[in-house]
Amino acid sequence: MLELIVISTLNGVLYGMLLFLMASGLTVIFSMLGVLNFAHASFYMLGAFFGFQISRWFGFWPALILAPLLAGALGAAVERYGLRHVHKNGHVAELLFTFGLAFAIEEIVQIIWGKSPVDFRVPPLLDFPAFTLFSTNYPAFKIFMLVVSIVIFIGLLVVLKRTRIGLIVQAALTHPHMVGHLGHNVGRIFMLVFGVGTALAAVAGVIAGPALVTQSNMAGLLGPILFVVVVVGGLGSLPGAFIASLLIGLVQTFAVSMNGSLAGAFGPLSPDYAATWLSDIWNVTVAQIAPIMPYLLLVLILIFRPMGLLGTRDT
Amino acid sequence: MSDATAKIPATIAPPRPAASDRLKFYGIWIGAALALLVLPKLFSSGGSLTTFSLIGISIIFSLSYNILLGQTGMLSFGHAVYYGLGGFLAIHAINIIAKNKFAIPLPLVPLVGGAAGLVFAMLLGWVSTRRSGTAFAMISLGVAELVASSALILRTFFGGEAGVSANRTKVLRLFDWSFGPQIQIYYLVAAWTLIAVIAMYALTRTPLGRMCNAVRDNPERVQFVGYDPHIIRYIAFCFSGLFAGIAGALAAINFEIANSAYLGAVQSGTVLFATYIGGVGFFIGPIVGAIFVTLLSLGLSDLTQVWQLYFGLIFIAVVMFAPGGITGLLMMHRPLLKGGTLSRVLPSYLVAFVPTLAMITGLMLAIETTVHFTVNPGEDSHIKAFGIPFDAANPAIWAVAAVLLIGGFLIARKTWARVAGSWDDALTAAREKGVAA
Amino acid sequence: MSTAIELRGVEKTFGITSVIRNVNLTVAQGERHALIGPNGAGKSTLFNLISGYMKPSVGSILLRDQVISGLPPFQINRRGLSRSFQVTNVFAKMSVWENLRCAVLWATGHRYAFWKNIDNLPEVRDRTAQILQDINLVSRRDVPAGLLTYAEQRALEIGITIAGGADVILLDEPTAGMSHAETERAVALIRRLTEGRTLLIVEHDMSVVFGLADRISVLVYGQIIASGTPEEIRGNPKVKEAYLGEEVA
Repeated sequence: MLELIVISTLNGVLYGMLLFLMASGLTVIFSMLGVLNFAHASFYMLGAFFGFQISRWFGFWPALILAPLLAGALGAAVERYGLRHVHKNGHVAELLFTFGLAFAIEEIVQIIWGKSPVDFRVPPLLDFPAFTLFSTNYPAFKIFMLVVSIVIFIGLLVVLKRTRIGLIVQAALTHPHMVGHLGHNVGRIFMLVFGVGTALAAVAGVIAGPALVTQSNMAGLLGPILFVVVVVGGLGSLPGAFIASLLIGLVQTFAVSMNGSLAGAFGPLSPDYAATWLSDIWNVTVAQIAPIMPYLLLVLILIFRPMGLLGTRDT
Repeated sequence: MSDATAKIPATIAPPRPAASDRLKFYGIWIGAALALLVLPKLFSSGGSLTTFSLIGISIIFSLSYNILLGQTGMLSFGHAVYYGLGGFLAIHAINIIAKNKFAIPLPLVPLVGGAAGLVFAMLLGWVSTRRSGTAFAMISLGVAELVASSALILRTFFGGEAGVSANRTKVLRLFDWSFGPQIQIYYLVAAWTLIAVIAMYALTRTPLGRMCNAVRDNPERVQFVGYDPHIIRYIAFCFSGLFAGIAGALAAINFEIANSAYLGAVQSGTVLFATYIGGVGFFIGPIVGAIFVTLLSLGLSDLTQVWQLYFGLIFIAVVMFAPGGITGLLMMHRPLLKGGTLSRVLPSYLVAFVPTLAMITGLMLAIETTVHFTVNPGEDSHIKAFGIPFDAANPAIWAVAAVLLIGGFLIARKTWARVAGSWDDALTAAREKGVAA
Repeated sequence: MSTAIELRGVEKTFGITSVIRNVNLTVAQGERHALIGPNGAGKSTLFNLISGYMKPSVGSILLRDQVISGLPPFQINRRGLSRSFQVTNVFAKMSVWENLRCAVLWATGHRYAFWKNIDNLPEVRDRTAQILQDINLVSRRDVPAGLLTYAEQRALEIGITIAGGADVILLDEPTAGMSHAETERAVALIRRLTEGRTLLIVEHDMSVVFGLADRISVLVYGQIIASGTPEEIRGNPKVKEAYLGEEVA
């Protein structure tokens, strides 16, 4: 039991930090540009595939640097030549543009790398168990993932608190309507923010790729959870996104490791109901409903706190 | 104030439609009904009847979606939930009716689907419509994922991966119609399409319909004229679910099966594509979009392996360059047509058409050649795309694609500027003739 | 005379800044009451509090002796209080006619009706036509509100505000940004349309204020420093010192 709790907590925090790596970029982009980037998870996927391809050519370590740079450059280009053009048509058009982009990126990834998972391996340097906890070997690569996401998290904090750009971003988070008054280089700041945000998502992709499955549906699987994170945390709130990321990371990880069901708790269902839909609910295990946990959480939050945990903005 | 009411000249309010206008209005509906009646006589093959049925279903579904997006300004990423639940309930209804020999004929089954869509919209909508804008969009996505994933857990009701099937010919017969042949299904779909289109059109002309537009334009101000925007969004959402449920039920009747794909993200995305490409600003926009997208997806899938990529690119192009969709583009020309200055822009269209076409051809050539090397490596390099054969292994192909793409873009960009210029001139000229834009 | 609006010890704080501090204000039924004060005094915030756009941190607001503070804006509107906005706030894509009609619908009892043809409602039609004529926009009936001139949009803004037939009207700087001639026309319009109703108006133009108002309250740094007839305000040394200066001399 204790083993389960420790390992699940570790995995949950790791998953939560990965989510936050993406949710932070998404939140900052939303606060500054007013667009929720539907294609954000697609840049995470691009990070994983770029990482896979570059590690094949040059090895994992160059990939860790190059793949996010490449994805970030692509993100900046999307802002400069796509999003900026759509801006005059309003937020719905912007959201739809990123939606179409997510669709197209998935198709393109499928064309280039196919539909089946690619063989993105953990680098040999990190391919060993870091420690053994109650008979479970904890892989070093997972520790590495945790370290990278924590380092970036601290780096982000420093940038936000200590630099001029950081101050502008902070101002945008609290006073979104003031963004328009940033001056003549507002376009360049937007491009930079979009580029950095997508690059962060790509970092998550490179480090998650070898540990999870690098496949063309990974954006589609993760995207909705990412949006749940930002809505549950409260749209436009960085601390909210942080709390929600960890919350959802932990909830999902713990749920996966639990095998309890109503049948387990209250005994088997009377045979009269065996063929009805009630038996589905009765016999389903917590682990089986883990995938819908984030969405249940979303509905609950919306009922009790429509603005999200720490949200103040309505749109 | 009160005594003045009697003295308002009748000319202040917009004039009531004249008899000829009313005749024209009803003429359109009667004409549409006749066209639906005659259509199978002109195209009688089984394939075209299936296509027409799919288009009809798509029209109802897209119009129901536009109650949200176009009328009320709500962008939903999960509209297929209500379509799919309508479909599942309809399939179960057919099975129950057949098993118990209830005296309910097949044409009434879509009502079950509509009721299912309505009930679930009433349940899930209350929470979703509390927020508007981006938050609503994300919530609709979350709710859709919740329902789609739950469908895989509740296997008894949703039939797991395989879905639930039914035999539509086993229910009570009406006038000796078995609803086995596609032609009978076509007429069933056509009748429901007409009913649903009329109902949804009527909805736009009610106090609720107008307040939906007001919420879309300015939800803040709506609160200061006595309305609760949440209630307006909620009722619009319920209507939207009702008609989506009818569309889903018709789809289930057509295929005699309902499976988890009905509820899924792809279905939600398709209805969004169809509605937006058709144009959300006009009532007929989604109808145009449903026809266009259904034909395109059937046609493109025969011509190229990667038709979904083209689909996505078309959607992005519409969002970027024609936010009013196809109908928006066409309607833009109305003042020019009225002002008689349309002929001024047509030459510039022709000039722009050639390099733009070259650019698109170059892009398609590059995509198809890439597809040959990544998706089908090792196959014969003499491939066919859009019916045109070429050798993908020939390095000259890359040069041709690059020249067409880059050269086409550079020239096309200049011609687009010319189109914009002549467009402004023509519009100004039309305005001078007293045509309102 | 009975009171239309009453504010009792109303305060509003944003974080640590207090914008409205212990405001007590009474507006009598049928009175035209002007609220003046320098920029940033909190006049618009006070309007937002009364109309339900924001909730007061402390204190209560009463409409005809019933507490309305804490109610959402649409419920306050249904009780007969309607407001306009300082920055024009209309339904930009809809025509002038549709704008006014939307403002008439609730008051005529059609609410969320989805079974009635909107063009077949005679009382809605007549009332909309009446307002359209009152605000002199008959010739612009079918123009989208977003394409009107600034002065026309301000007139439409007033039209939407009064269309529901509320008997307590709040106008937030209705003549801001208008030329002299436009202002004169707007004042005549306001005077005519608020006949027999209660009016609370925020205004910067002193000639408008002194020409229109029965009573004036002066708001400075979130506090009402004086309240009285135009003559009393003109003669009040505190007002002169704090705000008016030579403007009324």
